[in-house]
Amino acid sequence: MAQAQDIIRAAARRDIRNRWWLSSPALAIIFLAAIGPLFVVVLYSVMEKGSYGDVKYWQFSGQGWFEVLFERDMFDNTVSLADAHLSILWRSVKLAAITTVVTLILGFPTAYFIATRPRHRRDLWLFLITIPFWTNLLIRTFAIQEVFRNEGLLNVVLMKVGLIDKPIQIMFTDAAILLGMGYVYLPLMVLPLYASLEKFDFRLAEAAADLYAGGFRILSRVIVPIVRPGIIAGSILVFIPSLGSYVTPRLLGGGKSLMLGNLIELQFGQGRNWPLGAALSISLTAIVMLSLLVYVRASSKTEVRHG
Amino acid sequence: MAGANRGITDLTAGKIAIKARGITKVFHGAGNAAFKALDRVSVSIRENEFFTLLGPSGCGKTTLLRLIAGFEYPDEGEILLDGKDIALLTPHQRPVNTVFQSYALFPHMTVGENIGFGLEMLGKPRREIAARVDEMLRLVRMEALKDRRTSQISGGQQQRVALARALAPQPKVLLLDEPLSALDYKLRKEMQVELKRLQHETGITFIFVTHDQEEALTMSDRIAVMSGGSILQVGTPREIYDSPDKRFVADFIGEANFLPATVLSASGDAAKVALGAGAEIVAGLPHGERPDGKVTVMVRPEHAEIASGTSGATLAGTLESAVYLGTDTHLNVRLGDGSSFVVRRQNDRCTEAGFVPGMPIGVLIRDGAAQVLKY
Repeated sequence: MAQAQDIIRAAARRDIRNRWWLSSPALAIIFLAAIGPLFVVVLYSVMEKGSYGDVKYWQFSGQGWFEVLFERDMFDNTVSLADAHLSILWRSVKLAAITTVVTLILGFPTAYFIATRPRHRRDLWLFLITIPFWTNLLIRTFAIQEVFRNEGLLNVVLMKVGLIDKPIQIMFTDAAILLGMGYVYLPLMVLPLYASLEKFDFRLAEAAADLYAGGFRILSRVIVPIVRPGIIAGSILVFIPSLGSYVTPRLLGGGKSLMLGNLIELQFGQGRNWPLGAALSISLTAIVMLSLLVYVRASSKTEVRHG
Repeated sequence: MAGANRGITDLTAGKIAIKARGITKVFHGAGNAAFKALDRVSVSIRENEFFTLLGPSGCGKTTLLRLIAGFEYPDEGEILLDGKDIALLTPHQRPVNTVFQSYALFPHMTVGENIGFGLEMLGKPRREIAARVDEMLRLVRMEALKDRRTSQISGGQQQRVALARALAPQPKVLLLDEPLSALDYKLRKEMQVELKRLQHETGITFIFVTHDQEEALTMSDRIAVMSGGSILQVGTPREIYDSPDKRFVADFIGEANFLPATVLSASGDAAKVALGAGAEIVAGLPHGERPDGKVTVMVRPEHAEIASGTSGATLAGTLESAVYLGTDTHLNVRLGDGSSFVVRRQNDRCTEAGFVPGMPIGVLIRDGAAQVLKY
């Protein structure tokens, strides 16, 4: 008896060891490609700024972190809040949040539509959803530019029709960034929503209708609570890259509407302020993690309340 | 509950709860494929009745139920509830609730929240909902499980919650779509009794869909036998079993022997017929029918007897096999014309049966034991 248990225990130990071995390549890549660089960035953020970019190695300074929120006047040395940084931070969070909400509002009916098609038709629709991924993001963003610039397709058509007599300024505004990000990230919202809705048992919707729930309450009381994991996953997948967006605000926002990604790039490029860039990067990561924490916490709380 | 004590006796004179008239429903598949699930179906279901739609899968019984619930809309015809046409109303506009085959309980709600959902949607006050939920939990004997998740209770308990949830808003009609099919045999027997009790206590009209003929016979006040999108016969379990008027009905419910016969004379609801082998018997006639010439008559195995000698027998043949089944014995008789005939004989402990395969044997069909079929 005791012998049998020893054998079982030994087998379990072997099993665990094998699992570590089997997953070690993936773990190594995750460590080297994610945690390693992150550590380097943390290190850069607390070192002295080099004169021509780079950092002065092993000369530590809090200047980088200080400059995330404050700026020192060049002439009288007074310290004030870095308004530019704060407005960029605010714009980034705001645009990312709006993008998430807009893609959710547009993506939910889309995912619902696909999930309610006959099984053999769904693959075609999913295939169509993934088509944008075939082309490089940069090219797609230039294409958007072509449509929305002052001499672009939209303005030309509207003027030809006579609805407007001078072009609407869309490019280089927050609206243009929103359009671009909404377009780019919509599939990332649709796919996890579809995955949840596809598993949804539509007989539950029938049951709710049978129990006197109208269309809106079927949605809000039965469908949304049950597909909540898909909504959470989609929102995370859209919010995180939106917050760190770089190409879209760079091309569609021009130099006027910066987001965090552009600000960071500026520090490593023209700004030659690597410690500030590194500190901003860590701040971005922190904001993402904090938002996730708050969001998931809030979502699971409603879950508990609904029983 | 009001109306709970209305007896079975007034059923024949009961008010009509649901009346379907000329219902046709066609489902369109891929391409030009179309399937006529219901073909000009008309039926009247009385108040406080346990009405069963019985038939094999694909006969249209579930489609008819879904039309009454409002999940589908008919292509033709009308569905009257208390005289008002509800055929085109949405499900949430109909005072009709459904117990689903899969139960369709809301997985994100507790047992109590599931039961209260309909009342909440109707905008009932919180206190009334709470009281009604407790009452329903008592009715289905689930008081202790009010705060459980629906995933934490057994199949039989889920079944009770589904029943309580559908009964809570006090619908005019309760629809049950094969609700017992997922339960094991013993639980199913228990729930059959339970359903009858609930129907009696609530006084609500039950429309029950099943493919299980035994379930239909034991539970129903009346049964509609369906096949191929039509209702073949409507009647009490006894009428359906003893006097089926079509071969499909006789065959689908219980076992039956079919014999070719010729009508000699008919009077009232009985006819004198000559069986193929020459013997003459009196058989029942389908309601309002007066067929003549060649017909088919139906005899239930337990309504036929083994003749003591071959001389007084209605049919003569040889015994092919005798299968002992505990309560009774099935005797398979090969008749003179080569067809087979089954007699079911109740066993007792005192007499030795003494049936040997191959022995000549006579079958006795008494007057009134057979039924003439329409087709």
